[in-house]
Amino acid sequence: MSPPHRRERGLVRPYVVTDGRAHPTRNTLDLVTLVTAASGRPLSGLSPEKRRVMELCRGGALSVAEVAGHLALAISVTKVLLSDLIDSGHISTRPPIPRAQLPDDQLLQEVLDGLRSRL
Amino acid sequence: MVSAPGSDQVGQVYVSDTVRAAVKILIVGHFAVGKTTFVGTLSEIRPLRTEETMTQASELIDDLAGSPDKTTTTVAMDFGRLTLSERLVLYLFGAPGQKRFTTLWKDMLNGALGALVLADTRRLDESFDIMGLLEEHGMPYAVAVNQFDDAPLFPVAEIREALDLLPETPLITCDARDAASSTEALISLVEYLQTRTSQEHR
Repeated sequence: MSPPHRRERGLVRPYVVTDGRAHPTRNTLDLVTLVTAASGRPLSGLSPEKRRVMELCRGGALSVAEVAGHLALAISVTKVLLSDLIDSGHISTRPPIPRAQLPDDQLLQEVLDGLRSRL
Repeated sequence: MVSAPGSDQVGQVYVSDTVRAAVKILIVGHFAVGKTTFVGTLSEIRPLRTEETMTQASELIDDLAGSPDKTTTTVAMDFGRLTLSERLVLYLFGAPGQKRFTTLWKDMLNGALGALVLADTRRLDESFDIMGLLEEHGMPYAVAVNQFDDAPLFPVAEIREALDLLPETPLITCDARDAASSTEALISLVEYLQTRTSQEHR
């Protein structure tokens, strides 16, 4: 298997991409939060990095970690960008199953069933 | 421009529309123990990698004695994805143990179901740091000996003793290159997690 394609080093330092901010506007984003592009939002005015995020996320849902991996961005930078895009209505997160509907033991059983079905 | 993902992928790039929950399991262990292989064997997408560079402040106090040719500290993480049912996906995050707690580690541990510690019988002592870190953060784990072809076979009891495992901690042997064997290792971990939650409910 060939090594994943990625940019070795960006043209600008990470904080330039995030307008100098190290922290996202919201801290609800987890590595496996699923995000997707909202339809019909204009991309005008977005930074090149945010456009790249939008182009990627238009195809369907991805986790925060996958967005970072595909765009060769650090997780911390990706979270800042995604948070901004969520604030501006460009990105939506897929609503998770409410905790009450899927308690831990049931979740683990689903994981187990899924793994066993692969054997 | 986004390099069109999908052209050279193992499977589908995007998560299925029906998926409503994503869970994560950590695949951890020392350098060259087979984490990337393990993730790659099971992942339905081409495994991805992200890197986080230390902030300047932490670089100043970072101990680089062990790697004199290294000028910056980078924490890399490989990860892959498995769709388990129409509404559930599992992400596997592979990362090396870090002596110092990093943001990336915090991100990985947060909400993870548990961890699978990969070990090599030739270098069992190198697994101590990572096991300590998981215990410190209350992250339940199972140990899977990745059986390398040229590694000696030891009785399970000896490995348990060398790793100082609690009696309930699962110890399995796996071949990270083999999908069925790697899946079995994850199953052992999740079965163990189940016994823990059912005990908590009592």
